[in-house]
Order: sequence, then structure tokens, then C-alpha cells
Amino acid sequence: MAGYETHTYDVLVVGAGGAGLRAAIAAAAQGARVGLVCKSLLGKAHTVMAEGGAAAALGNVDDRDNWRVHFADTMRGGAYLNNWRMAELHAQEAPARVRELEAWGALFDRTPDGRILQRNFGGHRYPRLAHVGDRTGLEMIRTLQDHSVYEPKISVHMETTLITLLRSGNRVVGGFGYEREKGGFLLFRAKAVVLATGGIGRAFQITSNSWEYTGDGLGLAYRAGAELMDMEFVQFHPTGMIWPPSVRGLLVTEGVRGEGGILKNSEGRRFMFDNIPPLYQSHTADNPEEGWRYTQGDKNARRPPELLTRDHVARMIMREVKAGRGSPHGGVYLDIAWIKEKLPNAAAHIQRKLPSMYHQFKQLADVDITEQPMEIGPTMHYMMGGIKVDAESQMSTVPGLFAAGECAAGLHGANRLGGNSLSDLLVFGNRAGEYAARYAAAAPPLEAADADMKAQADQAAQEALAPFSRSRGEGPFQVQQALQELMQNNAGIVRTQAELETARAGIAELRRRAEHVAVDGNRGYNPGWHTALDLRNLLIVAEAVATAAVQRQESRGAHFRDDFPAKDDGQGLYNSIVARGAGGAMEFRRQPLRPMPAELQQIIEEMK
Amino acid sequence: MAQAMFRIWRGDARGGGFQDFTVQISDGMVVLDVVHQIQAEQANDLAVRWNCKAGKCGSCSAEINGHPKLMCMTRLSSLPLDRPVTVEPMRTFPLVRDLVTDVSWNYEVKKRIKPFQPRTPDAADGTWRMDQRDVDRVQEFRKCIECFLCQDVCHVLREHQLHREYIGPRFYVHTAALEMHPLDVANRLADLRGPGGLGYCNITKCCTKVCPEGIKITDNAIIPLKERVVDEFYDPVRRLFRIFRPKPQPPPAKGAPEAEPEPTRTAASSSAPR
Ligand SMILES: Cc1cc2nc3c(=O)[nH]c(=O)nc-3n(C[C@H](O)[C@H](O)[C@H](O)COP(=O)(O)OP(=O)(O)OC[C@H]3O[C@@H](n4cnc5c(N)ncnc54)[C@H](O)[C@@H]3O)c2cc1C
Ligand code: SF4
Ligand code: SF4
Ligand code: FES
Repeated sequence: MAGYETHTYDVLVVGAGGAGLRAAIAAAAQGARVGLVCKSLLGKAHTVMAEGGAAAALGNVDDRDNWRVHFADTMRGGAYLNNWRMAELHAQEAPARVRELEAWGALFDRTPDGRILQRNFGGHRYPRLAHVGDRTGLEMIRTLQDHSVYEPKISVHMETTLITLLRSGNRVVGGFGYEREKGGFLLFRAKAVVLATGGIGRAFQITSNSWEYTGDGLGLAYRAGAELMDMEFVQFHPTGMIWPPSVRGLLVTEGVRGEGGILKNSEGRRFMFDNIPPLYQSHTADNPEEGWRYTQGDKNARRPPELLTRDHVARMIMREVKAGRGSPHGGVYLDIAWIKEKLPNAAAHIQRKLPSMYHQFKQLADVDITEQPMEIGPTMHYMMGGIKVDAESQMSTVPGLFAAGECAAGLHGANRLGGNSLSDLLVFGNRAGEYAARYAAAAPPLEAADADMKAQADQAAQEALAPFSRSRGEGPFQVQQALQELMQNNAGIVRTQAELETARAGIAELRRRAEHVAVDGNRGYNPGWHTALDLRNLLIVAEAVATAAVQRQESRGAHFRDDFPAKDDGQGLYNSIVARGAGGAMEFRRQPLRPMPAELQQIIEEMK
Repeated sequence: MAQAMFRIWRGDARGGGFQDFTVQISDGMVVLDVVHQIQAEQANDLAVRWNCKAGKCGSCSAEINGHPKLMCMTRLSSLPLDRPVTVEPMRTFPLVRDLVTDVSWNYEVKKRIKPFQPRTPDAADGTWRMDQRDVDRVQEFRKCIECFLCQDVCHVLREHQLHREYIGPRFYVHTAALEMHPLDVANRLADLRGPGGLGYCNITKCCTKVCPEGIKITDNAIIPLKERVVDEFYDPVRRLFRIFRPKPQPPPAKGAPEAEPEPTRTAASSSAPR
């Protein structure tokens, strides 16, 4: 198209993490020509950081496991707000998706009889996470990357950022963005678009997420008219590093607790035994000895309370800190070194099972985890909410626009179980790619939409370049930092009406400031400019989080209200929806849960 | 709070130079923190690549005081701060801007390496059985985070610029991971010896020294590959054997037919180009 470098595809996949790569492979398998764009280099997306594993009921370690148990665990973890059809498909299809990775070259850790080994993780009844030490995400992304590079139907545009979706009527017909190196604009014509852009961590100050997580997919979809769902449910992982300050937020994998790590307060007390929620009492050990046996694979033992769901563990840690029983830098202690009381070669065992954690602490904090406890505290980790999608096809509420992975909502309900994300990427990445390709095959030709695309691209280009023309204005990093602080303090782990209102007012103010940011330099590889462009999406997701959180006047899953500390099934059984109203303002509504079919209901009853 | 001086390379393909920045430093900081601080407060447009800030993605490679390192894993406490700390981009790759280089060559190289090709499944359900011991060996190579620091330091690329005839240590590690994969049945030895340029490596071990993942690139990947190449092409018994029984048949699948090795370079010779 005149003026912009233009590419035409059947399916445009935005994001090259696990979900995007899997979607691209699936779409190409359907015969579609696929364009794959990502903000970083290939293989660097967030998925690379995942540590613990991918949950799939293979039943290799405990043959009592099957999709039904996985389904029930996922629903219980999500406090029953999950899209049950997604939870069902996920539990059923995850094993095949994981095995397929092995056929593509992935090398998971093995059981003694040579099959894929599975490990314990919070909220999963049986050992279920296929893993590779504590670098499962790297194995997964490299396998998908190395598989896709040989696929001639996939063209990759690395270091390219989409800034807007292009529409014709109510359909999505492509996207418009810029490449980092020179800052040139690119126009993608595509019959279908799959968003796989990951999460929103950069809306918070303390997070395990990288710079890429500015909620782009959510912002793009919202601006294109799609509905966002369950935005109040933001997961705080209980164990992030807290010292030294430069690594604050960096994740300490749940695998540490899965291997026997325990939480202690400054008095040396193992406080997790103090408060076990009724819903989990029958599955949880009531003494340390039983908990230890569970981590060592004793099938008759129940799991230690350290492996309860993340929201609960995070709040228990906050409680200890608030009560003055925290560690020097405002966290608590996570101790794996203690297992030397139980195992002869404990130090070597820890280094083999948790190699990245060993190095992370050694190199960044001068702590030897085989000898000393780690100081940890909660860190913003995962977004359960996101783009509302159809369970089977992953299509959003806008025709031609699909979403998969962390940027989509539904599977995890009010709280995600560890390990359910990597399997989510595979199952729903695959589905999104397949259905997007099918949709593209039946979609009308793009020529009729070219005039619309050009007009929208011109406008987007003009808006994107505006920060260069402002001679005097605030820097973009200052606005981003102010937003992170605002959200951390007012929409974090424990929330109140007053704080959430403060957040909302603050966001409105920051939006005004964002309109006046100025950037130095030129368009070539300019992080200041990129940050200025990201602000728009960050502000949309922040507003959506605060809006949905104000409305939910109860505590459920990851959403905890100090002013409404109890779960309230009378008014809480709904999914919250936000979308852009006709006048441009954000609108909120409650969507009642769809009734669950009797057979799924029965599974849940049986597994209680 | 203490201060330090950072001397950071700024510029693009047309030219550039070092620029000095004075920064405030605190406990536990890494070089990437300093770069970010400069970016936020003194030079918004300072170009740098990073993602994870945890040594897991391999994006933030640079040369710190002349040593190839990950910026996110280099603590200030490991550097002498009584003189300026220099930070410059990897020198083996063309410069994009400031600390960012064009590493796309590496992505092209990978496409030329024969893909993974598994043997037929061991079990009726389409799965395989593998021993943890066999897996361990390959897992070492699969730890690679593609930071390309080993490529940066290898003299065959850095000084001799043999980017067309040599794939570099990263891709020997990659090839070794495929060749030693318990399930793989493809044969990449001819490619290694020919277009892979394995003969150019003269085992200086510089690559191993800089690998942030601690992969023993030379001892565990390159040397065994060299040995395999020797066995395959120079062992007379093997050779005879090959004439009568030309290598276990890979399942008919994707990939080009095996190219005949060209007898150009000798894999056993360890002479590097001068
Ligand atoms: C430290 C850590 C450990 C974790 N451990 C586990 C675990 O053990 N098990 C588990 O199940 N889950 C884990 N998770 C969660 C899981 O890793 C993520 O939820 C998951 O990887 C997200 O994958 P994705 O494909 O949705 O997105 P990502 O892998 O984040 O990929 C997003 C992609 O979108 C691209 N993108 C974003 N915006 C744009 C744009 N505007 N234009 C173009 N491209 C764009 C990015 O460049 C990137 O390629 C962990 C997360 C973290 C942070
Ligand atoms: S050992 Fe070989 S590959 Fe490694 S740096 Fe030396 S010459 Fe290069
Ligand atoms: S082998 Fe080591 S140095 Fe080379 S790219 Fe991989 S991780 Fe980096
Ligand atoms: S930022 Fe990922 S390795 Fe340094």
C-alpha cells in the first residue's frame, strides 16, 4: 500500500511466546500463510522465563490422575468463575499437546521407566507438571521456535510492535505497527489476527514480568471494540526475590516448595500450618512430616500447606509481615536448605533440581540456597483476566480477532494454578491458530478494505509521531513509574474501596500527563519513544483492573477486599466485562455464569 | 549513596563514540540497572536490548570492560569502580544503535541445520522411553539461551569474519544437541565438515569461558563432534562399512537428501585461517 511497507497474510499472529508460536504452527498446518510479529527477538518472549513446568494429566507419576481431576483442580483454583468449557478442553487436550512437543525434540526430565516425569505444584492434586529442571519455559519456547523456523509458510517479523488493529466495518482486517531498528511503519493486511501478547506486569511496580508486558493485546483489542473479562483478577506470586533492590520482584519458582521448601517467619515458625482454608482442609497435611513425605512422592501423604493456592500463600505472607514477624527487608523466609536433615546429599540434590534458583541467588544476592534461607515476598505475576474469547475457537467478540495465552481470559477464573499457563498456551494457541486459519479461508477478500486500512494507518502514524513534535514535556518513563506506583499501592494484593477510587482518579490524571509526554532523539531503536507508545495500553489495562475491582464487593481468588473479606456467592458469581462505550468511556457490566452441564458438575462434586 | 562513572558506547552504523555518565549506585545493582537509570534520567533514547533481567533470555549481551557478558547478571560489586566502567556492543555483529547489534545472521544459520528427526515411537501410544542419563547429556546443550556471546568471542567470526563458511560455537552446541538427542536419526556430520566449517575451530576454548550458562562448549560439544566427523570420514573400517551399509535409514520425511561430503577442508586439522 502506498506509503507503508505492506505485507499480506491469511493469519497475522501477534506475539511469539508459547501461544503465538503454537498458533502460527497450527495456522500454517491448515495451509494459511502466516505473519508472526513480536516485540523482541525470536525466542526471548516471556515464556522463556517459565520455570516450574506445564500441567498435563499424563498420569506418568501417579496413575490416579486423569483429565477429570485436572478439570476439577482448575475449577476449584479459579473459585468456579472459570469458563468451564475452556477448563474441560484444556484438561482433555493438554496431554497430547505436551507429548507433541516431545515429538518435536523437547527433552523433559524422565521417570525411572523412561517416561515424562511430573512434579507437584500448588493446587494440583497429583504430580502433574512436565518439566525440565527449572527451565521448562526455555525448553518449550526453543522447541516451538526450532520447529517453526523450518515452516516456509511462516514469515517472522522480529522486533516489530503492533500499535493498532485495522478494521473494516466490525471485522478486523489487519494491523499497523513499527519496526524497532529504524522506526519505520509496517502495514499488515490479514484476514484474521491472533493476539498472543501476554500479560500486563508493567502496570505494577513489583513484578516478575519483563518490559514487554505492557498489556498491548488487551489495549489493541479494547480499542478495536472487543470485550475484556475478569480484569480484577491479578495474580501475585507469593515468592519473589526482595533483596537486593535491583532484583526485587524476580521470581522464585514454586518448584522450591514442590521440592520440600518451607516458609518461616522471623521467629522461625512455619506459619502456613496456622490457617488452612476449609475448601482445602481434606487435601492438606496437618503436620510437617506428612508434608515432607508428600514432596518426596508418597502417594498416601497430603500436600504441605506451602503448596496451597498462590493467592492464599501470598496473603499469609503479607499477614506475617504486617504483624511484625517479617524478615529484615519486608518479606519472610523460604528455606530449602533444611532438607539436609532428611537427605544425605542435599546440597547436590538442590543444585540438580533447582539449578537456576541456585545460580540466581548465588549470583544476584550472594545467598547459597543449599546453606541459607531465601528472603522472599509477593510479586505481581500473572493476569487471569483479558480478552473474552469463545472456548472452542478462541475468537473474541470482534469477528476475525482471536486471542490465546495470557492475554485471553476464561480458563483460570479467579486464580490460575501454577503450570496451567504453559499448557494453556499449547492447547489454546493451537486452537486459535487452527480456527483463525479456517476463518481466514472463508473470509472475503481484503481489497475492499484497503481504503479503510489506509485511513486508519495514517491516523495511527500521526498519533504515534506526536511525542517527537512536543518540544517541552515530561519524559515517558516518569509517567510509567507513576502509574506503577499508583497501581502497586492502590490496586495490589489487599484492596479497599477508597484505594481503588484513588487508583481510578490517579489513572485519569496520568492519562492527561501521558498526552503531553515528549521524547528525545529520532525513530531508530528509541526506547523512550517505545515507552511513550506503550503508555496508552498500560493506562487502559490499569483502568480496567481498577474498574472491575471496585465493582467486585467480595473476596474471591486473587481478588481480596479488606472491606469485604468474605466470599459472597449471593452476588459474586459473575464474570465482569469491560468494553469501550459509544461515547469512548469505559463501560462495565456483570455477566452471569453459564450453567454447567450435569456431567461436569458431577465431576466437581466427586472430587470435593 | 556512592557514585560511579560509566563510559557507554553511543552511535550507529555511521559512527559514534563513548559518552560518559555519572550515576548513583546502590547495593546489589547490576550493569543493566545502570543502563536503565541512564535511560530514564539522562538519555531516554539510549538503545539496549533486554527482557528478563534474570539471565534467562539472552538478550542483554554486551562487552563490559572488554569482556563479553550479560548486563543483567554483572553486578557492580564485581567491577572495579575507581575507574570508568566501559559498556559497548558486541563487536562481532553489525551495529544497529548504541548497545544493540544486528544478530539476524544467527537466525539464518539455524535454518540451514537439518531439523530434529525422531525415530519411530517406542510405545503404541506414540511415546518414547528415554533414560535420564541420556537426556542429561543433551540437556546441558539445551540450556543455551542464545545470547551469542560465544559467537562474539570466537576469533573465526570476530577477527576473520568467516560468517559464510562457519556456523560458530552456538551452532555446534545446537548441532551437538541434535546429534546426541536420544531420539534423533538424522546425520549432520557431512554438513558440519562442509558448510559448518568445523575444521576452522582450533579449540581455543574462548567460547566456553564466556558462556553464561556454563555449557562446556568445547569439551562436550565441539570435540565430540570433531571425533564423530573423523570416525565417519577418515576411519577406513567405518568407511568400508559405510559403502556396504550406508547409515541407518532415516524415516522418509522432510529435509534434503544427504549431500556428499566435499573433501575441501580436513576436519582433523586444527589450523585456523590466518
Ligand atoms: C518468571 C515466570 C515464571 C513462570 N513460570 C511458569 C510455570 O512454571 N508454569 C506455567 O504454566 N506458567 C508460568 N509462568 C507464566 C507463563 O510463563 C506465561 O503466562 C506465559 O509464558 C505467557 O505466554 P504467552 O505466549 O501468552 O505470551 P509471551 O510468552 O509473553 O509472549 C508475548 C509475545 O507477544 C509479543 N508482543 C507483545 N505485545 C506486542 C505488540 N504490541 N506487538 C507485537 N508483539 C507483541 C511479545 O514480544 C512476545 O513475543 C511464569 C511466568 C513468569 C514471569
Ligand atoms: S574453541 Fe573453537 S568455537 Fe570456541 S572460540 Fe575457540 S575457535 Fe571458536
Ligand atoms: S552456548 Fe552459551 S554463550 Fe553460546 S549462545 Fe548459548 S548460552 Fe550463549
Ligand atoms: S535480560 Fe534476559 S538475559 Fe539479561
